[in-house]
Amino acid sequence: MSFLQQKSKIIDWMKKNLFGSWINAIITCLFAIIIIFIAKAVLKFIFVTAKWDVIPANLKILMVGQYTASEVWRVWLSLSVAVFLLGVLWGVKRGVIKTVSFTIVAIFAIILLLPFTSIATKIWAAVQILLTFAGFWMGNKFSFVKRYHLAGWLISVPVILILLNGVGNMKDVNSNLWGGFLLTVLIAVVDIVFSFPLGILLALGRRSKLVVVRWFSIIYIEVIRGVPLITVLFAAQLLLPLFLGNGLELNNVLRVMIGFTLFNAAYVAETVRGGMQIIPQGQYEAAQALGLNYVQRMTFVIMPQALRSVVPALVGSVIEVFKDTSLVAIVSLMDLLGIAKRVVANPQFLGRQMEVFLFVAAIFFVICTVMSKISKHMEISSSYGKN
Amino acid sequence: MGKYLKAKALGKVAMLLVASVLVVTGCSSSTEQGDTSNASGGKTQSSESILQKVKARGKVYIGCDTVLPGFGFLETDGSYSGFDIEIGKAFAAAILGDPDAAEMKPVTGQTRFTALQTGEIDILSRATTMSITRDTTLGIRFLPTDFYDGQGIMVQKSKNVKTFKDLDGMRIGVEQGTTTEKNVTTKLAAVGAKANIVVFENQDSIVSAYEAGSIDAWTSDKSGLVSRLAGMSKQDDHVILEETLSKEPLTPAIKAGDDEWFNVTRWTVYALMQAEELGITQANVEEMLKSDDPSIRSFLGAEGDLGKNLGLSNDWVVNLIKGVGNYGEIYERTLGKGSAFKLDRGLNALWTDGGLMYSPPFN
Repeated sequence: MSFLQQKSKIIDWMKKNLFGSWINAIITCLFAIIIIFIAKAVLKFIFVTAKWDVIPANLKILMVGQYTASEVWRVWLSLSVAVFLLGVLWGVKRGVIKTVSFTIVAIFAIILLLPFTSIATKIWAAVQILLTFAGFWMGNKFSFVKRYHLAGWLISVPVILILLNGVGNMKDVNSNLWGGFLLTVLIAVVDIVFSFPLGILLALGRRSKLVVVRWFSIIYIEVIRGVPLITVLFAAQLLLPLFLGNGLELNNVLRVMIGFTLFNAAYVAETVRGGMQIIPQGQYEAAQALGLNYVQRMTFVIMPQALRSVVPALVGSVIEVFKDTSLVAIVSLMDLLGIAKRVVANPQFLGRQMEVFLFVAAIFFVICTVMSKISKHMEISSSYGKN
Repeated sequence: MGKYLKAKALGKVAMLLVASVLVVTGCSSSTEQGDTSNASGGKTQSSESILQKVKARGKVYIGCDTVLPGFGFLETDGSYSGFDIEIGKAFAAAILGDPDAAEMKPVTGQTRFTALQTGEIDILSRATTMSITRDTTLGIRFLPTDFYDGQGIMVQKSKNVKTFKDLDGMRIGVEQGTTTEKNVTTKLAAVGAKANIVVFENQDSIVSAYEAGSIDAWTSDKSGLVSRLAGMSKQDDHVILEETLSKEPLTPAIKAGDDEWFNVTRWTVYALMQAEELGITQANVEEMLKSDDPSIRSFLGAEGDLGKNLGLSNDWVVNLIKGVGNYGEIYERTLGKGSAFKLDRGLNALWTDGGLMYSPPFN
């Protein structure tokens, strides 16, 4: 019965919205035909024409680039740390993190079930799934985990970077061997982790009473915002070695990370400044009246309110950073897109650009969708906080 | 009180001005110093040459292309492969005795010359056309040309095109931002044909448009045409015209101003050709060392001091050939019979076979 009701509801909806007048009906039919044609061509390509063997053959370099094959376990281990922390976060916070965790678990389950992945990969994927749930359990159960899980995130970034680079007896894997999806994620993460504090400092600087500090912040922010990211990347890639001279050799990856961080900091600064401006003057004065000094005023009164109000904008900039990382392909770094371009140049796989680029697009789509989901959720929860 | 504040603010502004002046002068003086120290650095560099730096480092930095089929690309295991890569390895084999001592640094068309000038790379081996403008204005030196290419045209066989004149009115695809478009229009105008140029963003889109039949012909470097043909589904339906539109001598390059480095790298390229001429291959180089032929003996360093004069060990040619083989072997492995492209030697044959590969004598 309910099914029939639902069916009639759908028919009603279609009558109202798709076939309301004869013009609507014509437009509906026209677009239906166009959509069917496109869908047919796309599906035919995906399931018949496309030769997908190019993806499994190049999966390793698409994921980690030229990272030494015998040391790939370090990438997995780093991933385990991140996944475990995510599980803890899920246990502590619930809400949207649950969706994110399930997405991650689903991705690893797919890796586990795909026929062409190696045994080692399957074992590692299974470990990731277990760790997610272990993290959830611990985050749920132990209160000290709840208290310190944020510190875990902060510590994990340098730990992972050191682990990837190699320390002590481990084989040294220079960062110019990092590539593929690994490099994309690393650039995005390093950028976000370092540009946020820098951006907050710049925002404070721009509103500072000290003339030198204020003007430095204003000039920095305006100059950086006045040039495109590609220019900053080219400058970081080509001019930095000129300035540094012969003594110091910074490798490409580090230079690009510096460029990204400096660039994004200016944008974060403006967003945070926007957040500070909507805080009524009374808050500043009240904090002052309590006898708090500048650092205390900013840390305990102004920033918590200012940051909360700009969370959606900040998450938006995170998504932007993640997508912008593909620009490093222009300065011939091998991020996910850069590797895809090189795979296509392999004579063995000539003419397979569609398959490879579709795969890359799918990865970007999934990750950006998950992030915008988080952003939407944060928007709602932060507006609840205000009411 | 207000006056005091004003004075304070004025003082601050004054301080800011002084500070900025200091910063500016500091910068300019430091850049001047930088310049002079660079200039003197350039002088001292000739005493502490690139060759010594490379030897101390134990690695040669090679700037290469990694997105050009046949010349430079990434294998599925993450290693580089291709003609330009092998040439880069040849330098490492000759100078350091180990082809794997070449560290490949991918450079793009925009970054390649700056990378040479800043010393990020020691040698540029990346499908770069030698021309007088580049040679005289960029502060670089070109080595001997290692691949003679030229712009060609691929056309569908059904169109029955024999010469450029037959291309009149046909739709020809070209790549955006290259000199190919200008070359096509001027060449076709010269023979009285009218070109119908269609501009594409990159080669991938040209090829898919060409295969779908929406353009009749497309143009690019001949080696590029051949490598693309190898990837097409119906290879017999297409033909590459014999005629050539432009000269593209693809040549490795180094930074100008270091004659020792110039000699070492230049004669390494020549040694590859000379080895082929003398019939020395990766397989028989050990036997050849026992040869009685004096020219072979001195070439391989069994006699004389050819290597020492360059600043290398006398067995540098032996290391070179053991590491990567002679020019012909490299060519056949990456572009010729041993590859997917089956490219003819053509102009890249030895001069004894009617090509342009000619090494000055090693004596």
